[in-house]
Amino acid sequence: MSALDVGAPAGGGVELVPARRGRLAWVVIDAWIMARRNLVQTWRIPELLVFSMIQPVMFVLLFTYVFGGAIDVGPGRKYVDYMMPGVFMQTVVFGAMITGIGLAEDRQRGLIDRFRSLPMSRSALLTGRTLSDLVRNALILVTMLLVGLAVGFRFGDTTVPAALLGFGLMLLFAYAFSWISAVIGLSVSSAEAAQSGGFIWVFPLVFASSAFAPVGSMPGWLQAFARHQPVSVTIDAVRALFLGGPVTSVLLQSLAWCVGLLLVFVPFAVRVYRRSAST
Amino acid sequence: MVCRTVRRVADEPAVLAEDLRKSFRGKRALAGLDLRVAVGTVHGVLGPNGAGKTTAVRILTTLLRPDAGRARVLGLDVVREAHELRSRIGLTGQYAAVDERLTGLENLEMFGRLYRLPARVARARARELLERFDLTDAAGRQTRTYSGGMRRRLDLAASLLINPPVLFLDEPTTGLDPRSRAAMWQVVEDLVRAGTTVLLTTQYLEEADRLADRISVIDGGRVIAEGTVDELKARTGGSRLDIVLAGDDPAQVEAARAVLARFGTGPATADADARRITVPVAGASVLSAVVRALDEIAVTLDDVGLHRPSLDDVFLSMTGHRAGDDEPPAGAPAVPGERPPADGAAGDDDSDRDGRSVVTA
Repeated sequence: MSALDVGAPAGGGVELVPARRGRLAWVVIDAWIMARRNLVQTWRIPELLVFSMIQPVMFVLLFTYVFGGAIDVGPGRKYVDYMMPGVFMQTVVFGAMITGIGLAEDRQRGLIDRFRSLPMSRSALLTGRTLSDLVRNALILVTMLLVGLAVGFRFGDTTVPAALLGFGLMLLFAYAFSWISAVIGLSVSSAEAAQSGGFIWVFPLVFASSAFAPVGSMPGWLQAFARHQPVSVTIDAVRALFLGGPVTSVLLQSLAWCVGLLLVFVPFAVRVYRRSAST
Repeated sequence: MVCRTVRRVADEPAVLAEDLRKSFRGKRALAGLDLRVAVGTVHGVLGPNGAGKTTAVRILTTLLRPDAGRARVLGLDVVREAHELRSRIGLTGQYAAVDERLTGLENLEMFGRLYRLPARVARARARELLERFDLTDAAGRQTRTYSGGMRRRLDLAASLLINPPVLFLDEPTTGLDPRSRAAMWQVVEDLVRAGTTVLLTTQYLEEADRLADRISVIDGGRVIAEGTVDELKARTGGSRLDIVLAGDDPAQVEAARAVLARFGTGPATADADARRITVPVAGASVLSAVVRALDEIAVTLDDVGLHRPSLDDVFLSMTGHRAGDDEPPAGAPAVPGERPPADGAAGDDDSDRDGRSVVTA
């Protein structure tokens, strides 16, 4: 390396000696600094957290008391038990879209330029953001569980580890979607575009699924899509984990989706980040 | 300061750009840009919106890869040695790039840690800079409550966390009120005195005039003139004589322009409102002769003045349009003593720009 020794300008009183650590240590430290920044933000805008819970709560009430009675989920099953895994998934999938909005905001404000001009790890902003959004999603999920229990949702023929695995699976799925959202957020021109563009493509995934009504009740052409798309597969797995029933096949399919999406979209998002220019 | 174990390269400028080219979706932003900034100097990059100033800064600060050409900062290649370079430069862009939900102190601490400073050092340095930029009282407030000037100061503080030997300022005072602008200039002057090399882009000629040792005038993605402020001014050829007529009778205007053309060293131009006539002149000696000649043909004057060329004139004569033509900067101060405010306040700046160079004698 041949850099120019310019006789660094006189500083103030503080010795500005950078810390020395291994590359991997920096990846973790920088990501933590970024995650903490986002969590502080979340903490300081409590209304945003509250608003992001209102919509799923409305869905719970709407489907439990308005539509639920008309939907046949099979003999011996309460609709609220069928629906809640769908609401959980809807909540975390929409919650994952906040990743792209946050990144688009950072970009709009010139913050991404600043981060990219710093000697920080290239993946830190994205891992920090997705991980803090995961924490946020977990918080919302716990709240939604309480809401579900209040309207009569009950776990069925299951065990505590299986139920926990169900929540873990949903969070993993949401984490993978956060990275898709990150790609969108870094590619669009404004936070507003990220807001609307981020939701359009998840709508059919969430509603043309087994979330609120059995796939068997849909027209044939839709069934093929609704049965195999990742959101349905994951809901089916979570439903089996919460209520009992055959789980292995859907669980493996769902895990395959999560891993596959992460393998594609993590490197893709980092690549877009490295090249992203501010607007 | 950091003791850098690096090799000194003889005569290597702090910033060196050679034939930089960059296009965005077929639209050319840089068309062979050359820059050379000597260590310890302030270099002004002057040009209108869309001239390529920001693109150049983004390449030099590793944010953008050039399509062609090469650039070194502190001897480090901006593409191949980008990571090493990032811990040696500071960048203040057109936005105040700070997190508005964090406090001033939290922002600086965060950026300090991302510059790899140990937590304790980052905090101490943050406090030191807040003090220096007169932000100590606001240190614990979220920056969304800050004024525009305070945010810019915080942003500048963030780019000084590691006391970078080279600092890039991309239009650092755009949108600032005159007082904040003057404060910003003071900071830059202090930094330069302490040995920092500064590359500054601006649309404000006054800013370049005041701060820069050398200036590159860029237009259409390439440098069209380079030199010291005085060299550039000398290139437009001496002084300029301005008269403002009391009336706008076309015959009088025509007669007055003929007189000015006779005494001037170049064409006399009349403003859109046809009351102000400007001509380049050799020196102050012509002033009395012009006034006498105008008196003889009974032309009454509202104002008459002799002006050294401003960078404004330099820019106009080189590019054929004024700096900031496509987007008149809000609240840009007129260069002091440059033009007497003819019809009203300094706010006539913009109409003045648009309405100029209409008729030539």
